[in-house]
Amino acid sequence: MSKRNSRYGIWLFVVYLAFYGGFVLLAAFSPATMARTPWAGVNLAIWYGFALIAAALLLALLYGYLCRIEVVGTNNSNSEPGRPAPGARDASSANASTQTGGHQ
Amino acid sequence: MNHEPSTLAIGIFLAMVGVTLGISFYLGRKAKDSAGYFAAHGQIPWFVNGVAFAGDYLSAASFLGICGMIAFYGYDGFLYSIGYLAGWIVALFVVAEPMKRLGKFTFADALNAKFNSPGIKLAAGVSTLAVSVFYLIPQMVGAGVLVRPLLGLPHWAGVVLVGAVVIVIVVTAGMVSTTWVQFIKGGLLVAFSTVLTVMILQRGFHAEPQLPAAQTIVKQADGTVLVNGLPKGNSPGEGQLQPVGSISKLPGGVEKTGPLGPLEFFSTLEQSEVVLWSKSEVKGDDGSTTSTFSPKPTPGSQILQPGASPTFAGIRSEKFSDKLNFLSLMLALFCGTASLPHILIRYYTVKDEAAARKSTIVGIACIGFFYVLTLYMGLGAMTSGALDVTDSNMAAPLLARSMSELLFAIISAIAFTTVLGTVSGLILASAGAVTHDLLESVTTVHLTDHQRVRIAKMAAVVVGVVAILLGIAFKELNVSYLVGWAFSVAASANLPALVMLLFWRGTTKEGIIVAVLVGMISSLGWILLSGDTYAAVYGLPKENSIVPFSQPGIVTIPLGFLTLIVVSLLTGGRSPASPAPSRT
Repeated sequence: MSKRNSRYGIWLFVVYLAFYGGFVLLAAFSPATMARTPWAGVNLAIWYGFALIAAALLLALLYGYLCRIEVVGTNNSNSEPGRPAPGARDASSANASTQTGGHQ
Repeated sequence: MNHEPSTLAIGIFLAMVGVTLGISFYLGRKAKDSAGYFAAHGQIPWFVNGVAFAGDYLSAASFLGICGMIAFYGYDGFLYSIGYLAGWIVALFVVAEPMKRLGKFTFADALNAKFNSPGIKLAAGVSTLAVSVFYLIPQMVGAGVLVRPLLGLPHWAGVVLVGAVVIVIVVTAGMVSTTWVQFIKGGLLVAFSTVLTVMILQRGFHAEPQLPAAQTIVKQADGTVLVNGLPKGNSPGEGQLQPVGSISKLPGGVEKTGPLGPLEFFSTLEQSEVVLWSKSEVKGDDGSTTSTFSPKPTPGSQILQPGASPTFAGIRSEKFSDKLNFLSLMLALFCGTASLPHILIRYYTVKDEAAARKSTIVGIACIGFFYVLTLYMGLGAMTSGALDVTDSNMAAPLLARSMSELLFAIISAIAFTTVLGTVSGLILASAGAVTHDLLESVTTVHLTDHQRVRIAKMAAVVVGVVAILLGIAFKELNVSYLVGWAFSVAASANLPALVMLLFWRGTTKEGIIVAVLVGMISSLGWILLSGDTYAAVYGLPKENSIVPFSQPGIVTIPLGFLTLIVVSLLTGGRSPASPAPSRT
């Protein structure tokens, strides 16, 4: 994982953690809020639960989109200026880890 | 409740198991070396691997346990859905790419990439084995649950059957066939759950204003069983429990709703009155035990809120320790996914980090969609009139039976083969840990590639037999509840070491070893001393338990992190200084 991917990952993780933490704390300490029906006769517990599932997918897609440049760079010559070819780096990294692991 | 086996169900079930075994044998022929047997040579396409993630993850706990818990108590089962899915965020954003880059066959590979320490391999190998065996228990319990209505066999027979088939699969095949089997089953499970949900919405709700009668089971001292006052059996003059699950009042006093939209389904239930069932048990002076199941009309608004089940009662309790129990479980679910050995090894079956990332996104899409469906299926089962009041795990297959015998046969067969696949993955992860981690850390004898695969297969047989025995012993517990414990152990033992290795340069090998062992032992110890284990396993009063609440995560996960930091600081000068692997 490049530094950039790692940074994106951590930020998106923090966003989701806050959203998930809000759900858990609301359920634990304010169940009456969860029982309210803000829209379409469906209560907040269901809306929030579905929103958490939808948010997981949206953030995952956003992460994939943000990290896509590296993938493009791997497959053709349009890599970012001043960057080593990521595919080459990944391969060498994988080989290095294989050796470090001491298998075979 | 009586479960008559149907010829159609048995036929489809046997066909599905036959196809699974056929794929395993066919693809297993190509996996003769370690790289093929344990990691499919890293050649699985990312989309296939992503759906296989869903096949691995949507196990007995998700399909049987969550649907069962929703069917019996309402919204609470959906809390598991939310927690299980949220865990994938940790897997994608923190773990996926480094796991692929650092490891080769096992979780220990990744932990040990920086240090090359036999101690880390030993600790991580033991932890993998412990988590896998713990996770195997609910899968085996789920297998036992499925064969009762499907084949009319007792619980233990289902456990032995699935154990035997899985041992055959794992011994003859490997990661290639396991992955393709999981891909097919994951796809089928999501597709047929969608069909079931559409049928639930099409059927809508109907009201049965007359409250059903209470039901009793009396187990007498001499071993005979009376059901509703009659000897248990199917003949005239004998008794069986009646299927349950009804709505006593619909909004506006109507008798039927007709087809419902996805939101209308919830808003209608919110204003309805549903008949839930409570259980009470009395021991007589003559040694008999009487279990009484009583109907309990409950407002739909209460069913659609968290906190109705015993597992999540802490939400509505005033006691702080009860609330901590809930927070602890939700933390373990969030942290556990990225620590499960059979999920982590799936990152080695794709070619690179980008493929690992993409397959995780596909997995999240499939799994998230399925978890939305669990709420419809669970609530559909609750009002289906088909529930077995003694067994929450059977709710989803019995819901399918209330729709059509064919759907029941297909759903049950898919669920059963999903259990097969998950158990195969877990046993494969255990076999890998024994061969690559434990054996290499305790012996200096060089093994050939062929010997490694042979030892792994022998380990698979032993783990399979252990899983069968545990599956029979723990049959009374809800499978989702058992999985919650497995997540706690995985998160406490594995996550602190993995995260700190990636993000803290000061991590030492001693820190990793001690953190893995402390996390594993403390979480296992906490579970064994908890009130729920006292009541469900030892048969002792819950109040006598030593620990203040049953879910260990909120204590043992931070304890793992703290242990790693303290030990690393104490031993920092002795480890070779090299850059943390994440800072590439």
